[in-house]
Amino acid sequence: MKFTIFILLLPAFSFLLLALAGKRMKPAVAGGIGTAVSGIVTVLSCMTAFLYFGAPRLQDGTHAVLIPYNATWLPFTETLHIDMGILLDPISVMMLIVISTVSLMVHIYSFGYMKGEKGFQRYYAFLSLFTMSMLGLVVATNIFQMYAFWELVGVSSYLLIGFYYTRPAAIAASKKAFIVTRFADLGFLIGILVYGYYAGTYSFRPDMVALMSGGVAMLPLALGLMFVGGAGKSAMFPLHIWLPDAMEGPTPVSALIHAATMVVAGVYLVARMFPLYIGFAPGVLEAIGWTGAFTSLFAAVIACVQTDIKRVLAFSTISQIGFMITSLGVCTSLDPQQGGLGYMASMFHLFTHAMFKALLFLGAGSIIHAVHSNEMSKMGGLHKYMPVTHIVFLIACLSIAGIPVFSGFFSKDEILTACFGYSPLMGWFMTGVAAITAFYMFRLYFQIFWGRNPRYDHTPHESPATMTFPLVFLAAATCMAGFIPFGDFISSNGTAYHIHIDKITAAASIAAALMAIGLAALKYARTGPILPCGDDLPDSARGLFPALHKAASHRFYIDEIYQFITHKIIFACISRPIAWIDRHIVDGFFNALGWTALITGEEIRPMQSGHIQQYAIWFLGGALAITVLLLLI
Amino acid sequence: MNFLSLYVLIPLLMLGALWACRNTRQIRGVMAAGSSALLILSIALVFLYIAGRRAGNTDSMLFTADTVWYAPLNIHYSTGVDGISVAMLLLSSVIVFTGTFASWKMSYQTKEYFLWYSLLSMGVFGFFISTDLFAMFMFYEIALIPMYLLIGIWGSGRKEYSAMKLTLMLMGGSAFLLSGILGIYFGSGATTMNILEIAGLHNIPFDQQCIWFPVTFIGFGVLGALFPFHTWSPDGHASAPTAVSMLHAGVLMKLGGYGCFRIAMYLMPEAAGQLSWIFLILTGISVIYGAFSACVQTDLKYINAYSSVSHCGLVLFALLMMNATAATGAVLQMLSHGLMTALFFALIGMIYGRTHTRDIRELGGLMKIMPFLSVCYVIAGLANLGLPGLSGFVAEMTIFTGSFQHADPFHRTLTIIAAASIVITAVYILRLVGKILYGDPVNPQHLKLTDATWEERLSVICLITAVAGLGLAPWWISRMIGESVLPVISQMIP
Repeated sequence: MKFTIFILLLPAFSFLLLALAGKRMKPAVAGGIGTAVSGIVTVLSCMTAFLYFGAPRLQDGTHAVLIPYNATWLPFTETLHIDMGILLDPISVMMLIVISTVSLMVHIYSFGYMKGEKGFQRYYAFLSLFTMSMLGLVVATNIFQMYAFWELVGVSSYLLIGFYYTRPAAIAASKKAFIVTRFADLGFLIGILVYGYYAGTYSFRPDMVALMSGGVAMLPLALGLMFVGGAGKSAMFPLHIWLPDAMEGPTPVSALIHAATMVVAGVYLVARMFPLYIGFAPGVLEAIGWTGAFTSLFAAVIACVQTDIKRVLAFSTISQIGFMITSLGVCTSLDPQQGGLGYMASMFHLFTHAMFKALLFLGAGSIIHAVHSNEMSKMGGLHKYMPVTHIVFLIACLSIAGIPVFSGFFSKDEILTACFGYSPLMGWFMTGVAAITAFYMFRLYFQIFWGRNPRYDHTPHESPATMTFPLVFLAAATCMAGFIPFGDFISSNGTAYHIHIDKITAAASIAAALMAIGLAALKYARTGPILPCGDDLPDSARGLFPALHKAASHRFYIDEIYQFITHKIIFACISRPIAWIDRHIVDGFFNALGWTALITGEEIRPMQSGHIQQYAIWFLGGALAITVLLLLI
Repeated sequence: MNFLSLYVLIPLLMLGALWACRNTRQIRGVMAAGSSALLILSIALVFLYIAGRRAGNTDSMLFTADTVWYAPLNIHYSTGVDGISVAMLLLSSVIVFTGTFASWKMSYQTKEYFLWYSLLSMGVFGFFISTDLFAMFMFYEIALIPMYLLIGIWGSGRKEYSAMKLTLMLMGGSAFLLSGILGIYFGSGATTMNILEIAGLHNIPFDQQCIWFPVTFIGFGVLGALFPFHTWSPDGHASAPTAVSMLHAGVLMKLGGYGCFRIAMYLMPEAAGQLSWIFLILTGISVIYGAFSACVQTDLKYINAYSSVSHCGLVLFALLMMNATAATGAVLQMLSHGLMTALFFALIGMIYGRTHTRDIRELGGLMKIMPFLSVCYVIAGLANLGLPGLSGFVAEMTIFTGSFQHADPFHRTLTIIAAASIVITAVYILRLVGKILYGDPVNPQHLKLTDATWEERLSVICLITAVAGLGLAPWWISRMIGESVLPVISQMIP
């Protein structure tokens, strides 16, 4: 497996090449280099997966964990050091496939989508940087390597969101994304420090001797803090606010970073540390589960009232990641047969979601490319103009809604089964969220492809082949991914687990989804003249729950709260007073010292008058004073 | 006398040659040759030093030499280097080299400017190679005085005020320092001013240490921007010409951290252990206070000056944690901060030279006008906020890991507060970058400005290479420093 190093080196190389020499290249050459590298990385990843899963299992039925490379990068103490290396185990190999495939599709797609944009070469350079960082993150051999690449993906995300750097909205969004995730990463960092101190190592397997000497009690704290970092990257409530704004970036970037790969880093982190969560911090895991469940509902409700196509998808991503997190959180043991199913389900959903959500975003990009707007009100009846996009979008919508034979059904069903296994409350809760998901997705679908037909300035047309090929590829993947015997490859304890569909759960979720789709069809599939906006179902629900509707359209005012904290508290109440104190009190004190010296000098200067008589008086007076003093003593 | 004395001799030769120069071309030639020679010397020194260590030399200082200078007071001119001073010498020569090119276009009183500049660098180099208390102090003073003239004459804005304030405050610091040094000398009852020998005696009585440690620490701390003695820094940096800001923030402020470690803590370890909590609180304040202040500044140089207060605070903070990892981190942070601040000041100088304003409200959209400088500015910003792969990450992570080895709540709390500064750093850096680089150009007059010239590119690329080199391959320098802090640390842990 020595060749795996090229999976990291090649994108790093193409980043450097494009960053340094990209300006002198033709756009097509730069894009070609990026895409070729991405293609090779995909081939290498597939080879890795083939060789890895093809190799015979160990005696206990698990796949061997391979570490083809590991070297100390930065030594701290005897036991603590940052290593850089490559770790191959079932989840990291699975992630390699996901990242390289979606990345390749996005590279190809961008040829068409970004054609003629200024900064095309820069765009591909950043894509390479992101791909390298994300791959480095998943193959990390220790938590600190993961953190380092974690920061790098954060920065590549920052650079790509702010790709259109002259747009104020893009600048603000990139800044917000970076700072919010940075804030969360502070938790991650402190978690790592706590973990390192008590577990005696930064590797994923704690040093048991060190741990037993008093560290066990601190491990839940460390793992909880690490999850704060994960929640930031994965946009869990209340750290989700950056993700909807991040849609200011180019749409393929949203597909790659903010739908398929980077935002699931938090899920991956929990999965990576899963044995520790189960073994030492089941309470924290449970809290993580409820965070995920709440977030999934919260985001799904907001998605129902958004009017911007990318925002709907963004909230849908938050909601779906909530499913994955919940699924991990409902695990109660390492055995997939008993309470550990959620781990497999979560990874499965991560895999299928990456495919269909990337497809949705790329499809949305294709639509935006055609109608030059993000607003759903500017779209309608597009099925006539964009047949390919229409079909693949429908496939993706059916998949996310959980309709059988499409991949989303299989993974979501496993999640729901795991939730029912945890508690019926959680199970029904998540089934309800799944129904809302089906509703808002089909609200989107019908409004775009059916429904009323707005007056287009020029007739929309299907996108070029560079854009439709990735769509078709991902659609095929979405159709087939569900039949992969996923449990054979990945399960909570590494042994093979045979997936079986729980009939009652499946029936319930399908029924709920169909009802929601029916409702959406009823409301939005109508053709004909433009209707008053009261036709939008959430709008008609305004009468029933005015406060809820208003709050949801303002995204429950979370942004306003952040605004208040940053501007009113940090800037106005901390920074400004500190800056004032520094200039006027601290510095004022030293200036006052200077003034004192000056004034004292001014005051005693007249004594040096040059008049002999005056000196004589001083002289005599002084002599007299000293004499008196001496006599007294 | 050995080859380390070249560090003093080359600047002296440069002074002589500059004296004889008749025109700008000659001056530039002398400066380019001299600063390149110093840079090559430093790179050679790194290799020689590592080779020396590989060969199994375990002395605490290598290449030691000793010449009696003034026998009645036991003042010697003694030189020697360990991993820390090698790192600092490398840093200084990189910055002297890049600073030369950053002030290539200096047109007012060029000769005098470079004369003082060379004298300043001589002081800096002399300080780092010396192992004699008095010689160190003398070189320290040599480095301070030219600063006054360089700011007062070639500066901008309220330059006289700033130059006066900076010099007076640093002079106040050196008054403390002198008494501290004398206290050490007489307290140890030594017949030598050599640091290594005094440390070997390790016999300064504890009650005396408790007087002289704070005095010495504050003396150096003034230069290291210790709260509340940091207020010279914003004004001083803001008024100084580009290369002087670079040298000052990049190297001179490191003299403070280096001195605190090498003199105050090495020679008076017991008092350091006893009193570290006071200074830990002060440095903790520096870290967070500097970062918050930087958030609301509107002058580019002020932002950077406060950012320096925050980052240099982290240096002293880490030193006071008194373990090998944190101390290694402190030295790494000195290196990293030196390089990236120099980069920042170089870029600010170049932008100011074109736009004639440093007010961020009057700047905008520079990415479109001067892409090279803007991209470099973003890289500098990312280094500042600790992006992995650039130097800041390496230093900060070493510091935090080291500081976290103390399990008591006091150290833990301070470590977490200090770590929180990385978020605030991100706030002010991104605010700045978003404001001045992105967006559309705000001032139509800026549209006709040009991007960097070759000498500016050379200077900036050189610094970025150093920042990235340190950030990508930190292990060798971390090891080199790590083994050199051990003698000092073992002094503190009896």
